[in-house]
Formats: sequence, C-alpha cells, structure tokens
Amino acid sequence: MTTSAFATTAATAGEKKEYWRWEESAWVDETMNWRDAKFITAGIDVGSVSSQAVVVCDGKLFGYSSMRTGSNSPDSARNAIKAVIEKCGMTLDNIHFVVGTGYGRVNVPFAHKAITEIACHARGANFMGGSAIRTILDMGGQDCKAIHCDEKGKVTNFLMNDKCAAGTGRGMEVIADLMQIPIAELGPRSFDVDEEPAAVSSVCVVFAKSEALGLLKAGWSKNKVVAAYCQAMAERVVALLERIGVEKEFFITGGIAKNPGVVRRIERILKLEAVKTKYDSQIAGALGAALFGYTLVQKQGVPAKAAAS
Amino acid sequence: MIANYGYKDGSGEYYISIDTDKCLQCPVEQACTRACPKNMFEIITDDYDDQVAAIKQAHRRTLAYDCTACKPAGGYASLPCASACTAGAIKHSW
Repeated sequence: MTTSAFATTAATAGEKKEYWRWEESAWVDETMNWRDAKFITAGIDVGSVSSQAVVVCDGKLFGYSSMRTGSNSPDSARNAIKAVIEKCGMTLDNIHFVVGTGYGRVNVPFAHKAITEIACHARGANFMGGSAIRTILDMGGQDCKAIHCDEKGKVTNFLMNDKCAAGTGRGMEVIADLMQIPIAELGPRSFDVDEEPAAVSSVCVVFAKSEALGLLKAGWSKNKVVAAYCQAMAERVVALLERIGVEKEFFITGGIAKNPGVVRRIERILKLEAVKTKYDSQIAGALGAALFGYTLVQKQGVPAKAAAS
Repeated sequence: MIANYGYKDGSGEYYISIDTDKCLQCPVEQACTRACPKNMFEIITDDYDDQVAAIKQAHRRTLAYDCTACKPAGGYASLPCASACTAGAIKHSW
C-alpha cells in the first residue's frame, strides 16, 4: 500500500464515529494547596479499558484523572498521573508513595507497591460511600467483582469473574457501537420504551450482539434493544452478587455505575437502592490505592528515593 | 476473608472458596499445597500481609476441568484438598 493510500484509509477511519468513546477527565481541588501536605500519596489503577490516577494529600482527595488504557501498562500509568499533576504544577518527585492496582498493577514503573484491585475498591468505596458500606459491586471494563467489607473497608469476602466479558464495560461499549448510540446516552434511552422488554437471553457479548441484531431486524426499536441488554447485564451481575449475598449498605463502583440503565435495573432486582456518591465511581480503585499508600507511608515512612528528592 | 476463586459460565458455577482467616494458624503445615494432584494451591502474601492459601492464577478459569479427576466420577469419595485442610477452610461450590 502506498503512503497516500494509508493516509486515505486513516482519514476514512478517522471519520468513523466512535460511539463507545467515553470522555476522559482530570480534576484537582483548587481550594487545596498540595504544598501544605505532610504526605502526598498516589494510586494508579491500570484497568483493561481505563486507567485512573488519584492523588491524596494527608488522606484527603486532591485530584484524579480517568483516561483510556493504551497498548501498554507503563505508558497508561504515566499518562494517567501526568493528567493530574500537570494541572497543579506537581511532579512525580513530590509524591511520597505510589501504589499500583488493577490488572496492570505490576507494570506501574513508579509504584512502590502493588495491591489488588479487590482490596483497593473496598477501601475506596469505604471512603466514597462511608463506613456503613458492606457490599460493593465493581463493574469493570472486562471483569466484574462482588466484594464484602467491614467498617474499615477491609475485604471480608470477594468473588471475581474475569472469564467472560458479559456484564462488563467492554460489553456495553460493543452495544453502543452496534446501536450507534453514544455510550453516555445508553442508560437514559433504555428507559424510553413503551414497556420493559425481557432481557436478551445471551450473556456472552458476542452472542448478545448477534441477538441484538436479530431483534432490530424483527422490528424492535434501538431503545428497546438497549433496555433488553441493560436488563441482561443487570441480571448477570446480580447473579454474581447473590453468590456472596448482599448486605446493606450497597455501593457500585466502576464505569457502569454511571449507566442508570443498568444501575436502576440492578436496584429493581435487588429491591435495594445503591448508595449515591458525589465522587466519580470510576476512581474507587485508584483512590483506595492512594489511601493504602497514605497508611503505609505513615507506618513505614517515606521510601528512600522519594525522601532524597 | 472468604476468597472465591473461579467463575460462572453457561455450564455452571465453579468456585473454590478459601476461608483465609483459617490459614493464619494452619494446623497442617499448608497441606493443601501438597494434597492437590494438579498442584493448584499456593501460599501468597495477601493485601493485608497475611500468608494465606490461594488458587494459582493459571487455574482460576479452568476449575471445571482441572478438578474433574478428584470428583466422585474420578473415583474419589472426598476431595483431597478439602480433606487435607483439617481447619475446614476449603470448599467447592459444585
């Protein structure tokens, strides 16, 4: 293929609308001065679909970013932390302790410790939803976790399903592209139906996609198909939750917590309302990691390299 | 902590549950790691710095197949891993 042919292909690909693409974000609390903090810690959650960085100053949330995970974990981790620290004039050297989590946790080059996302989500949910939180559902990019924790956010029971993408963020992205509906609109549009349809029967993303196409051909509206898929996803994750039991209070983390089409259907099946939070549900893992870092740096002191800088 | 390793798929639920609190004072010197014919158990340092038993990552998505030989159809009356753990920390869901 010639260079111009490549350019043409790239241009054509560039014009294709990516309905699955969610908005990357970064935020810092401008009312806080990080230079006043005794300990600055960070948590980096390198997930299969998104990567988050959270910076905590003396145990208080200072800033975060949520970015798309790239083709390698180290770059994704750097990209996520860069998005936060560039907003406030901080450098990596100013951070006393970094904890990596998520599936790419062992590949965060500047992390002092790696902790599983299960422990980090429990700790993060405890911060975001309060100490009454006992059951956490993390609906991640390519896996799903059901977690029980105590009043301190310590895990007491967990279950994870990472064998299948059904009931995960990636599955929702596939449906967004297939339906040509921006991913943020899927939830609200799933309620814009005359009557609630039954769930699509396939839990597998690949088969659900085929079934969705079949339903469209049978005359279903896009909204009705999305509603059926949201219901299937809700039933799928509730089955996972029920394996460990659901105790009040109940909290949902991960990207799908932003999709009311799934969340409200989960609440309907469980007959239990999830605790709402003012924080971004996607940062729970990274926030928990940063809080672990804060505990560790208080106990162990600042690691040698950071202390020297 | 109850750690559930495994998965649910179209054919059923396959989880091995380990009550890791019972691993803290293991009365049988980590016998689970020696009892499993497939060598699926390992001792890890968990997120709270405790030494506990876990299922190796490589087996977590294939339990239905990996455990088949130890089930009644394979001639076993009881599971070698669960029998070896006298503290009763190990349970199979199927």
